[in-house]
Amino acid sequence: MFGLEGYSSAIFTGLQQTLLVGLLAMLLACIIGVFGALAKTSSNKLLRIVASFYTATIRGIPELILLLLIFYGVPTLVQDIFAGFGVEVIIDLNPFIAGVVTLGFIYGAFSVEVFRGAFGQVPTGQIEAAKAMGMQSWVIFYRILFPQALRYSIPGLSNVWMLLIKATALISVIQLDEVMRMTKIAANATQKPFTAYFFAALLFLGITLVSMMLQKYLENKYTRGYH
Amino acid sequence: MSLHVIWDNAEWLLEGFWVTVQLTASAVAIGLIVALILALLTLSTHRFYRWPAEAITFFFRGTPLLVQLFLVYHGSGQFRHELDAIGLWSYFREAYFCAVFVLALNTAAYSSEIFSGAIKAVDKHQIEAGRVAGMTDFILYRRIILPQALRIAWTGYSNEIIFIMQATSLVSIITVLDLTGVAGRIISKTFAIYEVYIAVALLYLVITYTMVFIFSRLEKRLNRHKA
Repeated sequence: MFGLEGYSSAIFTGLQQTLLVGLLAMLLACIIGVFGALAKTSSNKLLRIVASFYTATIRGIPELILLLLIFYGVPTLVQDIFAGFGVEVIIDLNPFIAGVVTLGFIYGAFSVEVFRGAFGQVPTGQIEAAKAMGMQSWVIFYRILFPQALRYSIPGLSNVWMLLIKATALISVIQLDEVMRMTKIAANATQKPFTAYFFAALLFLGITLVSMMLQKYLENKYTRGYH
Repeated sequence: MSLHVIWDNAEWLLEGFWVTVQLTASAVAIGLIVALILALLTLSTHRFYRWPAEAITFFFRGTPLLVQLFLVYHGSGQFRHELDAIGLWSYFREAYFCAVFVLALNTAAYSSEIFSGAIKAVDKHQIEAGRVAGMTDFILYRRIILPQALRIAWTGYSNEIIFIMQATSLVSIITVLDLTGVAGRIISKTFAIYEVYIAVALLYLVITYTMVFIFSRLEKRLNRHKA
């Protein structure tokens, strides 16, 4: 297909990896985002400082540097620390797990801001009313705060997802067989780099289009009672 | 920890730092002009002008920057003879040219979206009043629309400039020796992986927050009439 001599199917297998890494990283980013937002708005000063430090540093460093630092830097750092105690360990990170963790960790910082904004939009009167009803803070969170915040966070989370899925292309530098790496193999084998990379570009455009439609659908679904 | 690696290579890192700054400045300068043109075309009521601009914006926003860089840098090789015939091959052969070319178009696509939104947000009555007062389109844009659109667009646009600064780190993958590229070279000579990447990450943090500081000062200046 597309004059890529059968390599297009290899790129399609890469697409599965891309989507899998993307979805798992997004899930991790959302979990980090919720807890980070709670930490940022908590009354505990230490939690607030840790959460602010996390979002401020992550957003100030390019993804590529963070990816390289986590994939190549952290194992050596741990090995050096153990070597200092005279223990020899060898850490070999799996590129799939490293990719998911790094992307989740980076875009978690963006999700924190999204959820913080969304929690802020839930009227405080409702929280006070819930307290007056004698609800515990955990019950308030999952019955009142979270369901409403989820709705407000859809546009922001969609933006994070669009950035995240495009950032998965970077994982090819740590040798995971996702779209970009398979495309590179196809480009080298067929000597048609433009055709191959354009094919990859079309796949990403496809993901973007589907994501945009999904965003529309979710926004309509979750704002149904508000028109 | 071998921190001397950083001091020994400080001069080289500084060179990389300047390449990063230059890349950002050229991409932003060229991108700004292209973005304004794209924004005006997108706002045109004529399909013939609007569609090409929307297609370019969609392509550059919907695909990863890495794909775009590879498409231009590696992909141009597929059209070597054609590019040679019109005398452009000597440009597309250079990684630095490809880097500026792609970064400029990428930031232009994202910025044009910000600008067209800001132009649309300018108060309609002022534009009508300007027309009634006999202003030509050019004067209307220069005196009424663009100065106000700039204030509306400022927050979004300054974020975009910071994003593109961080995104320049990707050009190291197509062999440009920017800050990230230099870091990779130092590591392959010294094997001081985490020391170098942490140092470079800190440098990026400094650049990012210097930019954040300058942009917020400028924002205050732009809005001083509101204080």
